[in-house]
Amino acid sequence: MMLIDCPYCGERAQAEFTYERTLDSIVSLDMPVEEVLARLFSRANPRGEDRELWRHTFGCRQWLVLRRHRRTHAIAAVDPYAPDDPE
Amino acid sequence: MKRYSAMALLRAGLTGQRGWERAWRDPEPKPHYEVIVIGGGGHGLSTAYYLAKVHGVRSVAVLERGWIGGGNTGRNTTIVRSNYRQKPLHDLFDFALGLWEGMSDALNYNVMFSPRGALFLGHSDADMTQLAQRGDALRCSGIDAELMTPDAVHRLVPLLDMSPDARFPIHGGLIQRRGGTARHDAVAWGYARAADAQGVDVIQNCEVTGLVMAGGRVTGVETTRGTIGAGRVGICVAGNSGPVAAMAGLKLPIEAQTLQAFVTEPVKPMIDTVVMSQSLHCYISQSDKGGIVLGGDPDQFPSYAQRGLPIRLEKAAAEAIALVPALSRLRMVRCWSGTTDMSFDGSPIISALPVDGLYLNGGWCYGGFKATPGSGWCYAHLLATGESHPLAAPFSFDRFATGATIDEAGVGFMPQLR
Repeated sequence: MMLIDCPYCGERAQAEFTYERTLDSIVSLDMPVEEVLARLFSRANPRGEDRELWRHTFGCRQWLVLRRHRRTHAIAAVDPYAPDDPE
Repeated sequence: MKRYSAMALLRAGLTGQRGWERAWRDPEPKPHYEVIVIGGGGHGLSTAYYLAKVHGVRSVAVLERGWIGGGNTGRNTTIVRSNYRQKPLHDLFDFALGLWEGMSDALNYNVMFSPRGALFLGHSDADMTQLAQRGDALRCSGIDAELMTPDAVHRLVPLLDMSPDARFPIHGGLIQRRGGTARHDAVAWGYARAADAQGVDVIQNCEVTGLVMAGGRVTGVETTRGTIGAGRVGICVAGNSGPVAAMAGLKLPIEAQTLQAFVTEPVKPMIDTVVMSQSLHCYISQSDKGGIVLGGDPDQFPSYAQRGLPIRLEKAAAEAIALVPALSRLRMVRCWSGTTDMSFDGSPIISALPVDGLYLNGGWCYGGFKATPGSGWCYAHLLATGESHPLAAPFSFDRFATGATIDEAGVGFMPQLR
């Protein structure tokens, strides 16, 4: 079980959160189809750190960006998701 | 290779069990092979075995980072069945099931395949409609499927809670009587021994650290035991498909997740079939040693930890106890996890990759064990001939771009869930 430090609520159990997708697989409606395919269906899937979109679904329901290590589960950063920020 | 037999066992028993030879050699890597298979799990070893046995390709090495039987082959719930709804899936898995039926003889190794029946429970009218539809699809493809009334289910598994106020009421079931279980690590050992006897080099403690490329083509692999050249390289590493493909600069429609299973203390026979509920995602069977083997959901976020969340175990245990209340008295003795390669439509990929000389067998999600012989058969065909086996042709790498996904869950492809 991980503790996730929600910027809005403080440390909460991982069970309150749901994983959505990697940050680089978010698509928008105006993207060319090749880019949408590349973003949706090819993942770096690293055995290390990646940036991921999570949601505090059973808490404040806010979208969050986690920088998390996929082997150790160490969470380096939890930030509010700001859709307009460049990746 | 000395053949195993009842006579050999009897003779060894009378002479103090001396004289057994090692099951497979421990060869040093050669400088070059026609085919290198990365990954010494069941799929990689069966691939190597069929490459030699069926296609006559004997210059084959299987490179295993750890030891044979130490990966997902030894971490699953050992269930073997072919009753998938989608035709490409049930055709492939049923071809595998045919090979399971003759595996112990073919490999001269007792894999303890036990066709004790694989039963799906239905908990509602909707479940029963879905199971009937699945059964019809299977029978149209010539695969055995039998829809069962609640009474018939109760006679088969008397310990199920059949009461109308049960937490998960049982409205019937769908059974595949040819399905069952097998001794999972014996499958890896059996294929390793049989492949070795065909001249395949099974090389353990040999981690692939990079790919050797020349002119846009893979010509070998860098390993912890030196550089090894190869005509063709097949990736067959389950949960580590992503990191290995990344060595060729490729990204895959796969994410790694953790899946757990656990086993209770051994008891006398109480469940002599495989009981599954896909509505609950709960899997119950009893091993030959007597332990009740239970499986449940993956963690549902990317992970290479090989260590899962306790809440997944709690949920699987709660569901199993609701279905079979007698299980509540048993103590859990062990739990473990494996890293599964979750593809975005839930189906595997057996395909050439966009780099010459490089192939992928992966994306089996949490259902690869039952496919072991069929997966190896088709992958061997691809690695030997460069062409997809007809059964594996639908499982191409580019199907996400073309839209020809194989969507067993019937909910569209799900990149957001992986």
